[in-house]
Amino acid sequence: MKFSLSWLKDHLKTEATIDQVASAMTMAGLEVEDIHDASKALAPFSVAKVVSAAKHPNADKLQVLQVDTVDGMKEIVCGAPNARAGMTTIYAPIGAYVPGLGVTLVEKPVRGVVSNGMMCSAAELELPGESDGIMDLPDDLAVGTPAAAVFGAEPVIDFEVTPNRPDWLGVHGIARDLAATGLGTFEEKPIMPVKGSFPCPISIKVDGDACPIFSGRVIRGVKNGPSPAWLQDKLKSIGLKPISALVDITNYLSFDRARPLHVYDLNKLSGATIEARPGLENHTVAEGEPHHFEQLIALDGKTYTLTPDMCVIADANGERPIGIGGVMGGESTGCDDATTDVFLESAWFDPIRTAQTGRATGINSDAQYRFARGVDPEFVVPGLELATRLILDLCGGEASDIVVAGQAPAGRPNVAFDPAYVAQLTGLSVSKDEIKRILRALGFTLDAVGDHYDVKVPSWRRDVEGKADLVEEVARIHGFNAIPATPLPPVAPRPGGVLTTQQARARAGRRALAALGYSEAVTWSFMRQEWARLFGGGDDRLLLANPIASELNCMRPSPLPNLLEAAGRNAARGLSGAQLFEIGPIYLGLEPGDQKPVIAAIRAPDKTRNWQGGAEDALFALKGDLMSLLDSMGAPVASLQLVQGQNASHWHPGRSARLQLGPKQVIAEFGELHPAVLKAMDLDGAYIGFELRIDNLPTGKTKTSKSKGALTLSPFMPLSRDFAFLVPEATAAGDILRAVRGADKTLISDANVFDVYRGQGVPDGSKSLAVEVTLQPVDKTLTEPEIEAVAAKIVAAAQKAGATLRG
Amino acid sequence: MLQLRCPTIGSTIGRLCDLPFIRSHLSPKHGHPFRQTNTMTAYTDLQAEIEAEIAAASDLAALDAVRVSALGKTGRISGLLKTLGSLPPEERKSTGAAINAVRDAIQAILDSKKSELEAAHLATRLESERVDLSLPPMRRAKGGVHPTLQVVDEMVAIFADLGFEVAEGPDIEDDFHNFTALNFPEKHPAREMHDTFFFNPDENGVRKLLRTHTSPVQIRTMISGKPPFRLIVPGRVYRCDSDQTHTPMFHQIEGLVIDKGAHMGHLKWVLETFISRFFETGDVVTQFRPHHFPFTEPSAELDVRCSWEKGELKVGQGDSWLEVLGCGMVHPNVLKNCGLDPDEWQGFAWGMGVDRLAMLKYGVPDLRDMFAADTRWLNHYGFSAFAAPNSASGLS
Repeated sequence: MKFSLSWLKDHLKTEATIDQVASAMTMAGLEVEDIHDASKALAPFSVAKVVSAAKHPNADKLQVLQVDTVDGMKEIVCGAPNARAGMTTIYAPIGAYVPGLGVTLVEKPVRGVVSNGMMCSAAELELPGESDGIMDLPDDLAVGTPAAAVFGAEPVIDFEVTPNRPDWLGVHGIARDLAATGLGTFEEKPIMPVKGSFPCPISIKVDGDACPIFSGRVIRGVKNGPSPAWLQDKLKSIGLKPISALVDITNYLSFDRARPLHVYDLNKLSGATIEARPGLENHTVAEGEPHHFEQLIALDGKTYTLTPDMCVIADANGERPIGIGGVMGGESTGCDDATTDVFLESAWFDPIRTAQTGRATGINSDAQYRFARGVDPEFVVPGLELATRLILDLCGGEASDIVVAGQAPAGRPNVAFDPAYVAQLTGLSVSKDEIKRILRALGFTLDAVGDHYDVKVPSWRRDVEGKADLVEEVARIHGFNAIPATPLPPVAPRPGGVLTTQQARARAGRRALAALGYSEAVTWSFMRQEWARLFGGGDDRLLLANPIASELNCMRPSPLPNLLEAAGRNAARGLSGAQLFEIGPIYLGLEPGDQKPVIAAIRAPDKTRNWQGGAEDALFALKGDLMSLLDSMGAPVASLQLVQGQNASHWHPGRSARLQLGPKQVIAEFGELHPAVLKAMDLDGAYIGFELRIDNLPTGKTKTSKSKGALTLSPFMPLSRDFAFLVPEATAAGDILRAVRGADKTLISDANVFDVYRGQGVPDGSKSLAVEVTLQPVDKTLTEPEIEAVAAKIVAAAQKAGATLRG
Repeated sequence: MLQLRCPTIGSTIGRLCDLPFIRSHLSPKHGHPFRQTNTMTAYTDLQAEIEAEIAAASDLAALDAVRVSALGKTGRISGLLKTLGSLPPEERKSTGAAINAVRDAIQAILDSKKSELEAAHLATRLESERVDLSLPPMRRAKGGVHPTLQVVDEMVAIFADLGFEVAEGPDIEDDFHNFTALNFPEKHPAREMHDTFFFNPDENGVRKLLRTHTSPVQIRTMISGKPPFRLIVPGRVYRCDSDQTHTPMFHQIEGLVIDKGAHMGHLKWVLETFISRFFETGDVVTQFRPHHFPFTEPSAELDVRCSWEKGELKVGQGDSWLEVLGCGMVHPNVLKNCGLDPDEWQGFAWGMGVDRLAMLKYGVPDLRDMFAADTRWLNHYGFSAFAAPNSASGLS
């Protein structure tokens, strides 16, 4: 909303400057967006007269003007078609900043003739009006008159009003708060009722749910037409277009008093009753058919469907809709210049209903905006009187008696208020007298009851419901800056830190993956449903009803599709080999427990080549990264089982596996993504990745001691022996290794595959695994027979697992 | 096929033999009473001959051949020594000394020549082993932590020092936790201002939503826990909005303190302390501006004094105010909705946009880039794995 300084001064006696007003507004809770001081912008410009106009010697479309200016006679080159001798216009001197062009004038030749300034159009000065050429002003303006004086430019404040303060949607209400802050004196002029000179020929009926109170009166013999300059200027200063006196008056009161009104052309009304009722449903017409609901062509010329949750104003015995209550009037009964008799409406429409109607119709009129926030219900009739007075003053005519139907909604109940609560809630020390002064200045009335006050809430402050609200009133008017910063009493440091195990693990995982060369990304929690389906999700229940875009319509079952898409986007920019990870939620359902924390990472195919040739095998590098990650997060890496062939369907069946502690405790899945999935996502090459469920990691028993336990180091040299085993292709090397390691748990400290061989000497369908076993003697050096005995155990264990020793 | 391999430990003795030790340098002993001049000349000639052979040896193998032919068991000097036995006893001593002198001289020259040849050999080897270390290594991705999550860690570190725990809650919420319990009036415009993402209604007509702020976690914590509370809530939040400065998903951190007597002055201190530590300056000027939120009363927005230089924010001085967060005293209705008596418990809460604060602190120009996962952007704005924020080394 906007107002001009002079408008504010209609209600606030003050010497404050526009900046002081803006600052007081800010500290009272009004968010000032902009101070537009047109007089400042117009300061360099003044009235000038063109003495002579001659053709430019070197250009057809230019003229060389001799201009009488505030700086004396100036030769100015001008391209405006309407420039002529004798014209009164606006002169910009060299050095002036022209707001509409965004440039500062410098002296420079135009096609060989130096221009000593510029003649201005309305657009160049950011003033309303036609801009076909330079401004053509009345001849009686004296040369040198400042432009600001000609255009009546005055400072305007543009600000935001929070939804709790509909009273601030009128300048009058703002003046009251500013007066309370000490910026000036609030001038509350009494409203003089206009006595009706005849009975109102229109009667009113209301349905209390749709419209609690509706008042109005007829004014006969008005003369509509342009409103007077003072009113037009006021409206123009805040960016409203003057239309006609009747409309301008209603607009003016909307912004001055936050009191929307509506004027009907009496002679266009049908019947003698106006009704405010819910929209009607015609049950003889099927739902979905055009005439199932009523319709109205509103003042904006558009047709609206009126549903039972809207308030409809109707005439002709309630048959014909003539307005959407609190939102917009109908075209059929609107006023024009020929209007002589009017029916003036002042009502109170239910905020929730009005808000819903605004959303349903898409109409965001000034009236709708105010009713939706809740205007002062006690100002329905006073507002009608104020409007009547203005209409009589500006348009003449005579007014009928007032008719009122319904009842204003009850005001807020009184609040029992202990002034000590101000200090208790804010830490501020404000005297009782100051508390009383502030509340009274804001329109509250206080009655002392013991050490409390019984506080009556003014009708325009429907946001105040309790003592905390009153504390806010006192604190904001007294000034939040006075609140003393008070150290929070210290609490003992938390012995175990402030993070849960899961939070701490996520944190460790983040740092570990970053150290392993993965870049952390943050991607949307939603994705396109087709992709969610590819990754085991995509349930309709997880679809957003109002997604921002169709490709962001479904809660994700995995971050992998988003990371893959991102890697693909990078690849499309020539950035191959992206290594990305994300730590975040996945959604298996709508309930709180269905959200699971995961770490997902991907490696895109890397196209970079190196002079050293072949890179390490990416899939096993990824497996190594995953193992490092799990270790850094405190997972029991040695106990993890690797299971191949049971992964979710978005993985390559032969090139992926899962790590688990049991069939029901899957920790992670990793491997290459399924080629069909990659194809569906339009990705080229082999993308690999993993997804780890942080919540599936065992939490471990809370030990009372943080001790890591004793470490026993053997003084004896470890020794190693190599074995070559023939193994069927389908047998997992991991199974052989596990068998070998288990052959003698005391002496075998490690077993590792150092070669996998297929070819000559190895039968088809088999592979040869070269395994190095490390023996760690415990309490003495091993003798040759002891070593042979372990070797035999190893061979036997491997054999059980399906391996035979190569001879 | 069994094959035993034992790690070598036995080379110690060999190495001891290789240890260089100083041999006494031979000086010819002239004027011995028993020296026979012609024999002496023969010795000198032999020495000269061997010295010439040593000088001519061009590699270690040739040098070793000279050594064997001179000092080996059947070598020329060894041969001379064998002749000592046939000499008269009075000559043996002096002749032996003379032969030994020759032997020692040859040995010394051999040693010196060996060192020389070895040095030359090493020099050749070193030259041949030279590599061009200006060649690039295998590419290793840099990796890094996303600025938003880095800033979350910073905030957690700051508030941990003040005794705040970290609470979390679900992203998919219901109307009660996201709005009703937070004192949003039914169908009030304030709800509309939140641009909520909704799911489709279930069979009972109840529709879930994506939380529009982290405040529902306040409600969940207050309902399930026991006061006093001192916690922060980082998390993803969602608004149905997308333009240059809005993304449909972003991050918030919520703070909540519920305690007897916790008032707005404490709130001010907590936030000023936070701002000072977060922006790492002792020079913080703040302004609390009255505002409206349904869930706090009184409500305020916090502005911080700052200046902008070439798009870079400087907190502490300057002539601009930067709006940082919204805050206030928890509304009595919210306390009641969580089963707390507002006459017994009171407290404050605040909420701030993590991504925005990360952008301000680290000069990230466009919010949308935060979620685009462009690897160049992540490399530039990301943080080292080892830059974990903590009180000891500072936050950034």
